[in-house]
Amino acid sequence: MCLAVPTLVKKIDGQEAEVETGGVTRRISIVITPEVKVGDYVLVHTGYAITVMSGDEARESLRQLTELAEFM
Amino acid sequence: MNFLDQYRNPEMVRRLADRIHQRSTRPVRLMEFCGGHTVAIMKNGIRQLVPPQVQLLSGPGCPVCVTATADLNKAIGLARLPEVIVVTFGDLLKVPGSDTSLEKVRAEGGDVRVVYSVQDALGIAQKDPEKSVVFIGIGFETTAPTIAASILEAERRGMSNYYVLSLHKLCPPVMKALLDSKEVRLDGIICPGHVSTIIGSRPYEFISRDYGIACVVSGFEPLDILQCIEMLVKQIESGQPKVENAYPRAVRPEGNKEALKIMESVFEVSNANWRGLGEVADSGLRLKDEYRAFDAEEAFEISQRSVSDPEGCICGEILRGIKTPLDCKLFGKGCLPDHPVGPCMVSSEGSCAAYFQYGATSHER
Amino acid sequence: MKDKILLAHGSGGRLSHDLVEKHLVSILNNPLLCKLDDSATFEIFGRVAFTTDSYVVHPIFFSGGDIGKLAVCGTVNDLSMSGAVPLYLSLSLIIEEGFFMDELNRIMVSIQTAAEEAGIKVITGDTKVVNRGNADKVFINTAGIGLVPEGVDISGSNARLGDKIILSGPIGDHGMAILSQREGLNFETSLKSDCAPLNGLVAEMIEVSKEIRCLRDPTRGGLASTLNELADKSKVGIRIEEARVPVNEAVQAGCEFLGFDPLYLANEGKLVAVISPEETEAVLARMRRHKYGAQSEVIGEIVPEHPGRVVMTTRFGTSRIIDMLTGELLPRIC
Repeated sequence: MCLAVPTLVKKIDGQEAEVETGGVTRRISIVITPEVKVGDYVLVHTGYAITVMSGDEARESLRQLTELAEFM
Repeated sequence: MNFLDQYRNPEMVRRLADRIHQRSTRPVRLMEFCGGHTVAIMKNGIRQLVPPQVQLLSGPGCPVCVTATADLNKAIGLARLPEVIVVTFGDLLKVPGSDTSLEKVRAEGGDVRVVYSVQDALGIAQKDPEKSVVFIGIGFETTAPTIAASILEAERRGMSNYYVLSLHKLCPPVMKALLDSKEVRLDGIICPGHVSTIIGSRPYEFISRDYGIACVVSGFEPLDILQCIEMLVKQIESGQPKVENAYPRAVRPEGNKEALKIMESVFEVSNANWRGLGEVADSGLRLKDEYRAFDAEEAFEISQRSVSDPEGCICGEILRGIKTPLDCKLFGKGCLPDHPVGPCMVSSEGSCAAYFQYGATSHER
Repeated sequence: MKDKILLAHGSGGRLSHDLVEKHLVSILNNPLLCKLDDSATFEIFGRVAFTTDSYVVHPIFFSGGDIGKLAVCGTVNDLSMSGAVPLYLSLSLIIEEGFFMDELNRIMVSIQTAAEEAGIKVITGDTKVVNRGNADKVFINTAGIGLVPEGVDISGSNARLGDKIILSGPIGDHGMAILSQREGLNFETSLKSDCAPLNGLVAEMIEVSKEIRCLRDPTRGGLASTLNELADKSKVGIRIEEARVPVNEAVQAGCEFLGFDPLYLANEGKLVAVISPEETEAVLARMRRHKYGAQSEVIGEIVPEHPGRVVMTTRFGTSRIIDMLTGELLPRIC
């Protein structure tokens, strides 16, 4: 599957970024997600950001889920 | 925006499970391709939440488990070379090859190092220029771009002691091989979420179009997986299979173009050996000619003798979804996480290990 | 130039003598130790608890403690888990040639501080120096002696049907604090090891109830392995509730990164208690008033089903088996 965790991008320094989740901070490579900006959430797999998460999509899918669950 | 808590909300999970119970009117067979999904399903007891007629099968989606014994022997052979440091992800350490494992070779004095990231392998190579550092490149499309990036980085730094043994595998081609074998009948596929962050959701379109099988890309939280199952059941009940994305916060239809570009600049598609499935056309990645200098297979003499899988072990059939760990005579007896016979008991993502660690109720165990 | 440990510090001659007098005994300073006879002698009456453990932690200094504090707390806690009042410790140091003298001093001060908190005295010891490469900086062995109060009978095989299981606080802090400082895993967290002597907490628990059946500190192997040991020794089934097991956010986050389960991470300042259902509330209330038990929770109970096994009710009402830790904890990609 490969283990990947959503984390917040705090700082960008060339091809590296400092990311934080639950008070844990680490440096990762953003070489395969060059579009990433500070404040984005990324999925981190083996020390690399592999995709930039979409906050809008996340909210929208949660909204749909809530509707789905309530429509009984 | 705390993603994880919301996707683990027990009340939402319960409601969604009820919804699936309402929607589901007939037996369906769904395959979770990805080992990460197998673990999430077992760990959260999702089989206990869905109706019994929704059958969940595990597929060949654990990168460690699908690594052929012959390929493991190559990694083990490299670790025995005195001038070589073998660097690997922890998952591979205990997997038995024909006669030993990387863990045992390390105990005998072989230099085998476990890292969290391939970047650490570059660091090891830079620190010890007298040694040759070989990274064992396992994984699917999720991991392959990171390994490709490490090779580009090694080239940029002018390093001549860094090599990769590329055992990478590709998902859509093996899905096709599995379906063409007609051994397993499926109604729907829970498509791998993190592979799809890279390749997107489009590469699965041939599955719904040519095979009439529902496909939904899923994340790994309990709510993600239930939402995916709900969408699959709905598609199957309506008789209109297509590709849908239940993980839009991470997966775009086109995938991650930069990752694909990096992967394709370093690797080219090749045939690959899969445990249980044998050679599958165009399902692997090898280094392109211009990067051959980084190819461990070129740089070192590695034995290519053919090997058979361990006797009694049915990992191959389990990986093809035609048997479950419970069908194996060795499960929980001769084969345990401490003394694994086959790779499915080693990797925490392997079906056997997941069944053993998390299998909670008698109907699961 | 910072002073370093030389092979000669272990030779038995003048330097050895100086090391022991100036760097060890002067810090640990107590009458029994200061006699410096070949063995310490003392009188003792009653049921004696006796335990030993070796400490090879890497790194030796970590957030929330060091190998010295760990050596004292680990042995004090092992004594406490039989209900014993800790009395005396032995201290054996195996030091690698070239180890910095000031680091040794830091460790000794930390040993003395922890021993004072636990009310235990180091009364005998030994020092060896080995060639560079034959040890990793410093290894410590301790043995401890304690007295079990009259009427106290605590053992891993005493759990009975219906007993409740109390955990004294959030799990995995020590394991994750150590991991965060390992080479190759480097990540930053404000997390501290929970390393602490638990004899004070145990003494208060015993004061409240004589119906404490089992006590264990879930060190290596974590809560999961400890509960499995209890289920196995007492031949009972254990059921715990996921939602009631406290885990700090940073531990959870670190686990997500590395693919670990907090149930398998080491703790050095937590205990698991199995207590008769009638006494559980009183013991829990007392534990929560103690600084090392403020976040105590009832996490589960002893059940008639599945003897020898531990089963967890997930947040979603489903069940899963909790097995022992297998192999070593390794970061994984999948």
